[in-house]
Amino acid sequence: MIAWALYLTFAGAVVLLFLPRVLARWVALMATGTGFVISVLAFLKSVDTATFMTIVRIPWVPALGMEYHLAVDGISLTLALVTGLTAFCAVLFSWDVQHRPNEFFFWLLLVVGGSYGVFLSADLFLLFVFYELVIVPKYFLIAIWGSTNKEYGAMKLTLYSFAGGALVFIGILAAYASAGSLDLQQLAQFQFPPQLQAWAFPVLFLGFAILAGVWPLHTWAPTGHVAAPTAGSMLLAGIVMKLGAYGALRVAMNLFPQGFEMWRDWIAMLAVIGIVYAAAVALRQRDLKFVIGYSSVSHMGFVLLGLATANSLGASGAVLQMFSHGVIGALLFAIAGRMVYARTHTRDLDALSAMNLSRTMPFAAFAFVVASAASMGIPGFSGFAAEITILIGAWKAYPNAVWITGLGMVLVAAFTLRALKKSFFDEPPRNVSAPHDSLLGRTEPVAQIPITFPEKLGAGLLIFATLAAGLYPKFLFDRITPAVEAMRFLQP
Amino acid sequence: MNHLELLRLAFPEVHVAVAALVVLALGLSKTRSTALCSFIAASGLFLAIVSLLRLPPEATLYGGMLVITPLTSLFKIICLTLAIFTVIMAHSDSSSRRHHGEYLAMILLATIGLMLLIGSEELLMIFIGLELTGLSLYVLAGFDKTDPRSAEAGLKYFLFGSTASAFTLFGLSFIYGMAGSTSLAEIGQKLTTGPVQPLLAAGLVMTLIGFAFKIAAAPFHLWAPDAYQGSPIPSSAFIASGSKVASFVVLGKIVLLGLGPIQGSAAWHGLIAGWAPILAALAALSIVLGNLVALAQTNVRRLLAYSAVAHAGYTLLGLVAGGRAGFSATLFYTTTYAFTLLGAFGVVALVRRETGGDDFVHFVGLRARSPLLAGCMATFMLSLAGLPPLAGFFGKFYLFSAALRADETHGLLWLVVLALFGSLISLYYYLIVSKLVLVDESETAIPVANISWLQRLTLLALAIVVVVLGVLPSALVSRIVASLQ
Repeated sequence: MIAWALYLTFAGAVVLLFLPRVLARWVALMATGTGFVISVLAFLKSVDTATFMTIVRIPWVPALGMEYHLAVDGISLTLALVTGLTAFCAVLFSWDVQHRPNEFFFWLLLVVGGSYGVFLSADLFLLFVFYELVIVPKYFLIAIWGSTNKEYGAMKLTLYSFAGGALVFIGILAAYASAGSLDLQQLAQFQFPPQLQAWAFPVLFLGFAILAGVWPLHTWAPTGHVAAPTAGSMLLAGIVMKLGAYGALRVAMNLFPQGFEMWRDWIAMLAVIGIVYAAAVALRQRDLKFVIGYSSVSHMGFVLLGLATANSLGASGAVLQMFSHGVIGALLFAIAGRMVYARTHTRDLDALSAMNLSRTMPFAAFAFVVASAASMGIPGFSGFAAEITILIGAWKAYPNAVWITGLGMVLVAAFTLRALKKSFFDEPPRNVSAPHDSLLGRTEPVAQIPITFPEKLGAGLLIFATLAAGLYPKFLFDRITPAVEAMRFLQP
Repeated sequence: MNHLELLRLAFPEVHVAVAALVVLALGLSKTRSTALCSFIAASGLFLAIVSLLRLPPEATLYGGMLVITPLTSLFKIICLTLAIFTVIMAHSDSSSRRHHGEYLAMILLATIGLMLLIGSEELLMIFIGLELTGLSLYVLAGFDKTDPRSAEAGLKYFLFGSTASAFTLFGLSFIYGMAGSTSLAEIGQKLTTGPVQPLLAAGLVMTLIGFAFKIAAAPFHLWAPDAYQGSPIPSSAFIASGSKVASFVVLGKIVLLGLGPIQGSAAWHGLIAGWAPILAALAALSIVLGNLVALAQTNVRRLLAYSAVAHAGYTLLGLVAGGRAGFSATLFYTTTYAFTLLGAFGVVALVRRETGGDDFVHFVGLRARSPLLAGCMATFMLSLAGLPPLAGFFGKFYLFSAALRADETHGLLWLVVLALFGSLISLYYYLIVSKLVLVDESETAIPVANISWLQRLTLLALAIVVVVLGVLPSALVSRIVASLQ
C-alpha cells in the first residue's frame, strides 16, 4: 500500500506539467495529502516491523541483476511518515507561491517522491537512483524561488550532495562487485571480507553522512537552508538530511558491520564535535534562518552519535531523532521563512527585535515558542524523548561523549532562547528617535497580512506531531526498536 | 559465393548509396527542392533500416570483409537512426541551404562509411570505412562557404584527420606484418599471450592513436573544439554522434577480437603492457583535461566539445575493463551519449537560428521563449551530467561497475574514482547551462518564432529516448548483451 505514496507523488509531478497554473497547488496538495494519509495508515497497520518485508519485486535490468524492489520495516515506515507529514505541510506553507507555481510544485514533488523512494528501496541500485534523483530538484527549488545568495547556496548544496553521491557510488560498486548482488536483503546476510569493509565502510558512510550534515562537511546545510524558499528549507531539514542518515544506517552500517566497528569511534567524535560546534556557531548568528540552519546540524549530530553507539537504545533514539528533527526543523523553518520573513522582509535578529512581533503575530509567537521548546529538548516534546534515549545509549558506549554533549545541549538552549527572545519578545528600546521608530517600529504594516488558514493548519499538524511523539514515544519505539534490533551491527 | 549474394547482404548499404546518388542528382537539377531532397534522404535511410531487419542473422563474406551478426545489425540501425535525425536537423539549417542536395549526399556517404566500419572484421575494409567516413565528414565540416570558422573547422579536421589516418594505416600494416593476416579473427588466433614484441607494440600504439583521434580522446582532441564550434550544426552533431558510435564499435572489435591476447592490464599495482594500459592512460587524460577545460568555456558548442573529450574518456573505461560486460557497457554508453548529444545540438541549432549565436548569453531565459526547448536542453544536459532518471546515469553506473568488476582485486578503482571526480566537475558546467535556460530571466522575452512541428517532434522524441533509456535501460542493454553472445 505504501508504494502508492511513491506512485501518486510522481504522478502528481508529471500531471502538474500539463495543467493550468491555478490548479498547481491543489494537485500538489492532493498528491502530498494522499501520500501523508497512506503513510499514516501504513504505519498504523504495520504488524511485523522487524523484518524488511517486500511489497513489490519486479525484474528491472536482468542483465545486471537489478530489480525494482520495495520493502518496509519499522524504520522505513517511520521515515515515510515524517516524509508524508513534512511534504504535506510544505505544500500548505507554499500556498502563496505565485511565481511559476507549476514548476515549483513539480520540483517539490520530485524531492518528496525521491525521498519516499529512498526509504522504501530494497535494491541498492534503486536506492541510489532515488537518492541521486533528489539532487537536481533541490537545485532548481533554491535557485529559482530562493532568497539570500540563492545561486551560491544552491550550487554549493548540489555539489556537496553530488560529491557525497560519488562516494556512495564507490561504496555501492564495491559491495556490488564483491557480493555480485544488489539486493539489500541478500547483502545484509553476505559476509564481506574485512579488508574490503575497512575501506568501503568509511567511503560509503561519509558519502551518506555529508547529506546528514556531518561536521566538518556540514557547511552546505546552513547556506542551503537560508537560500531555500520556505518549503525548500522544510524539505531539506525535514527529509533530505534524513536521507543521508537513513542511508548510513540501512546501507553503510548494515552491510559492513565490521567496518563500522573499526570506525565508529571516529563517527562518535565527529558527531560530538558537530553538536557542540554547530550550537556554538548558532549562538553568534544574526540571521534567524542561519540560527535554525546550524541548529539542524547540531540536531543531526545527535543522530550520528546515536548510530555510533551501536546499541539498540542509541540507534532507536537516532531513528526517533530523525523523525523528531524532521518535524521540529520543518516547523522552525516554516515560522521563520513563511510567517516572519514573508511579512517583515527581514530575518535579521536585530531588526526583528525592534518590531515586537509577539504582539503583531501572536500565533507565530506561540508556534515559535512551542518549536523552540521542542528544539531545546524540554520534556513532553519529541526532541526530549529522542535525545535522552540517545544519551542513555551513548552512556554505555562513550561516557565522555555524554558529558561534552551535555555542554552542547546547554548551548542549544542558549541560542534557541536568544533567537526566541530577539525575534519575538524583545521590547523595542524606548529612547529611539522618532524617524527610526516609524521606520522599523509598530507602524510597519507587519500585521496587515494575518496568518492564513493553511499556515495555521500546517503549524498545528507539526506541533501535534512533536507533542504526540514526545508524550507517547512508545508508539514509535514499538515499531523502530524491533527493526533496529534486526540489524547486524549491534554490539552484543 | 557470387555477387548476387554480396548484393543481397549489402542491400542496406545499397539503399543508402542509391539515395545519395538520387539526392545528389536532384541537387544539381534546377528546382533544387530541399524538402524533396530531405524526404528522399530520410526515406532511403529508413528503407535501409527495414532491409537490415530482413537480413539473415549471421553471415560472413570474403574472410570477414562483410560480416553480419546481431551486433552489426543493431549498431547499423542505431547509426542509421542517428543519420535520419541529422537529416531532419539539416532540413531546417540555413548554412547548407544553397547546396542542400550535396550536403545530404555527404551525410549519406558518411553513413555508408559508418555501416562499412561496423560491418567489417577485416583491417583493410575497416580502413576504407574510416576513410570514407572521414572524407565525407571533412567536407561536411567545411560546408558553409560563407563562414570562415566553418572553413577553419574543415581544414583543421582534415589536417588532423589525415595525419591520424596515416598513423592508423601504418599501425595496421605492422599488425598485418606480425600476424600475417588482415582478418581480425585470424589475427586473434595468431597472436600469443605474453610479452608484447616491440614491432607489434609500435603497430598497436599507432593504430590506437588513429582511433583516439576519431573518438576525440585527449591528447588527440585538438581538432574537436573548433570542428564542433565552427562547422554547420548538423555536421557537428553527426561528427559527435554517428562517427563516434561507429568508432567505438570498431575499436572495441579490433582490441577485443583481434588483439585480445595482448590486452595487458591497467590495474593499479599490476600494470602489464598491452592495449589496456594505453587506453587507460588516454581515458584518464581525457577525463581530467576535458572536464577542466570545459569549466572555462562560455560557448555552448565549445563546452560540448570539451565535455565530449571527457565522455570519450568515460566510454573507454568499458574497453579497458575488457570482456563482454565492459564492451556492452561501452556500447550502451556511446549510444545513449550519441542520442543525447544529437538532441543538445538540435536545441543549439534552433537557438542559433533565432538569436544568431550559441554563446551562453543566447541561452539566457530560454524557458520564457520556448518551454519545450528549455525542458529538452535541461534534460540533455542533466543526462550528460549523469543524473537519474536519465540515460546518462545508468550508462555511467554500467560502465563503472563493469570497470570495477573486471578483476577480483578491483584494480581499476583508481580509474573509476578519477571518472567520478570528473563527473563531479562536469555537474558544475552542465548545471550552469541548465541554469541559463531554466532559472535566469532574460530582459528581452521574444518568443522563439516558428519552430515547426517536425522540429518539436524530433527534439521531443530524442528527449523521450533519453528518459526511456534511463528508466528502462533493459530495452537496449538486453539487446546489446544478447548480440554479444
